[in-house]
Amino acid sequence: MIYQGKQKIWSEYQKEIPDDRWFYVRSCIRQNFFPGSERMFMEICRNVLGKDFYETEHHTTCGGIAYHCDTIPQETVMTIVARQFALMTEAGYENYVASCITSFGNYAEILETWREFPELEAKIRELLWKACRREFNKPKYLAHASDLIYKYRNEIASRAKYRLVNKETGEPLKVVEHIGCHYSKMFPSKGVGGAEYPYVLCGMVEAWGGNVIDYPERRHCCGYGFRQYHVKANRGYSLSNTYKKFESMEPYHPDMIITNCPGCPYFLDRWQYVIAESEGKTYGQNGYGIPVFTYEEVAGLVLGYDPWDLGLQLHQVAVEPLLDKIGVEYNPEDKYKGLNKKDIMRPGLPDVLKCC
Amino acid sequence: MKENIVIIGGGIAGLEAAGQLLKLGYSPIIIERTERLGGHVASWHRLFPDMSPAKELVDGLVAAASGANIFLNTEISFVNRLKDSYNIMLSNGISIITRIMLVTTGFSVFDASKKEEYGYGVYDQVITNRDLEHWFNGNADPRIDNSAMNAVGFVHCVGSRDEKARNSQCSKVCCITAVKQAIEIRQKFPEASVYCFYMDLRMFGKKYEDFYINAQRDYGIRFIRGRVSEVSENIEGKVVIKAEDTLSGKPVKVTLDLLVLMAGMVCSQASSRVAGMIPLPTDSDGFLKSKDNVYGVVESPKEGIFYAGACTGPKTVPEALAEARAAALDVHLFINGLK
Amino acid sequence: MDFGFRISPSSAINLDNVDLTLFERLHEMEPDVYKCMACGSCSATCPASVYSGMSIRKVILCLQRGREKEAFRMMKNCMLCGKCTMVCPRGINTRHLILSISKLYSETK
Repeated sequence: MIYQGKQKIWSEYQKEIPDDRWFYVRSCIRQNFFPGSERMFMEICRNVLGKDFYETEHHTTCGGIAYHCDTIPQETVMTIVARQFALMTEAGYENYVASCITSFGNYAEILETWREFPELEAKIRELLWKACRREFNKPKYLAHASDLIYKYRNEIASRAKYRLVNKETGEPLKVVEHIGCHYSKMFPSKGVGGAEYPYVLCGMVEAWGGNVIDYPERRHCCGYGFRQYHVKANRGYSLSNTYKKFESMEPYHPDMIITNCPGCPYFLDRWQYVIAESEGKTYGQNGYGIPVFTYEEVAGLVLGYDPWDLGLQLHQVAVEPLLDKIGVEYNPEDKYKGLNKKDIMRPGLPDVLKCC
Repeated sequence: MKENIVIIGGGIAGLEAAGQLLKLGYSPIIIERTERLGGHVASWHRLFPDMSPAKELVDGLVAAASGANIFLNTEISFVNRLKDSYNIMLSNGISIITRIMLVTTGFSVFDASKKEEYGYGVYDQVITNRDLEHWFNGNADPRIDNSAMNAVGFVHCVGSRDEKARNSQCSKVCCITAVKQAIEIRQKFPEASVYCFYMDLRMFGKKYEDFYINAQRDYGIRFIRGRVSEVSENIEGKVVIKAEDTLSGKPVKVTLDLLVLMAGMVCSQASSRVAGMIPLPTDSDGFLKSKDNVYGVVESPKEGIFYAGACTGPKTVPEALAEARAAALDVHLFINGLK
Repeated sequence: MDFGFRISPSSAINLDNVDLTLFERLHEMEPDVYKCMACGSCSATCPASVYSGMSIRKVILCLQRGREKEAFRMMKNCMLCGKCTMVCPRGINTRHLILSISKLYSETK
């Protein structure tokens, strides 16, 4: 691997990301999958770094899941998106940041489609007006939330309590980074680092002390692929893709996986259980799995937030071996205690995949 | 009045034209940007289809052109149009007044790192046809010298017939060069499996088809119809490639010790620069535009300015040489017409 | 545990795992086997092709991709009429090739 070669490509794909004043929209599914992540994003941006991030309870889904599952027409998705832009315009913001990769891809695709077919944009403006009497400006800047954490990575590093380093050996942790397909594969120039060698997560890992692993199936899809997972008859394809990735990264013995998509961390995490049950195979040390994180969770960890406040107890793969490796302080007793120490009950443990 | 003939570019086309013009009694001037003559061919090892040494050809051409007035390490600073001639200012301070220019500025090898998915410049074991030829020419290359070489792959059409790389043209020589280099690899490493990933095989030239059959039948080169889509590196530092075996309609994957990208020909920056100064038009493929692509390939649309070789599009060595001779004759006839 | 779905087998051909020892022996016996350029004229003219799926082009390809069983299934339908030999532009003696494949691969099975 020639690191300078990647640096050259990274330097060619640097997108402009304004430092402040963003309109934030959440994902449909992330608050269920990884409930601490979006909260942590706002915590870091607003409270740690003191930036202006606005959000409103009036925003809805972007329609991306239905769009990719081919269940609603494109005009409908566009009108939903136009309404989100109207909310941003009404709130007085020009920079639009999405928590979800598919939303980000959806927005990027719609803006590009409007650029190519201005008559379609005119039609959507009319539809939006008829539907809810709203008008919108298109965002001046569009970002994915990981672009922002990438932008703030060094500020986060300077305030970090922990680094992605094995505290026993002093060695950097071996980190697999996984980018959501809709981040830059459709529009390489819209992603930090492009589509073949995205830098957005690598930059965070490097800034926080870890070592990025480049393995043969790095670019491959996590396996979610809406119509693969959502249709049960196709679910085997979803699992197979994930399996393929784990088989490919296995020789590198990664310590952890960092992702920037709603679906990827979920499937890379949960399918490890299914692979363990159906194939009898685990990929971490001593029968454990490889813990999978969202970038906000990793940012929260290095900043010293309590792992259980980050929602890490909702992961299938146990995170404790990694926390111990880094030296993160946590109370095992509090793992299944919710807000105000309320007992949220312990799940059953799987047979094959070792969990805590 | 003695006419100055300025040949821009000391590659094989420029040298051959100069040699011919010398024989016709003229004293041409060769302006060469680099420190040596012979262009791309001078760093090549052997030439298809007969494996003749490139050095012999270039040495012969240089010897035949040695009577010309040759400026090495010299660029054209600017060109002024005078009433019926041009004033060419060189970077060495010399200026030449001429009515006749022969543009032999050649081509550039496509920058293979632009095809990011192939990882040239990122993955250690990915090289280009030019890198391999330099190694054949006796230059050490740790990527080849230090690896096992059990499996080697060639990717055809890298930056050719590729609209995303902004080169829709076929580079003409890469198919047959891949066949040649694949055979040479098998000769050096008889145990190696050698794969060629192609879209089409364009064996248009004399003896090319025989050479191709030779590669298949006698050297067991495995031709797989399908374009490589993605290259990555495994933990041992080997290259893993993905393609479709379009003949069986299945995805195919293979681990290789070395991957050779057959980088194509693009219009050189030097050609564009010279064209901009005179000025000369470029054709839709980015190469310099001839007066006519059938009847007047070696003539530019401007009187007294001629072309030879790959500045007007990808050419094989014999084609470039034939054009150089044709251009020399056109120059001669043009000068006769002036009298 | 049965989840009602499982890991699907990959349809990709992994050339790292294809053992071409036999094919290389075939190549020694029949050097022309590598000359096939997959033009398809053999299959187009084959009387068995349209009914049984026999295609000597595909047989040659399958053997190179480690899919011998598929090749043998096709070859069972060959009646050795020799029409493919007549049309092959590369002059491959397909009839002779089929016999060599049968001999070589049955010897080792």
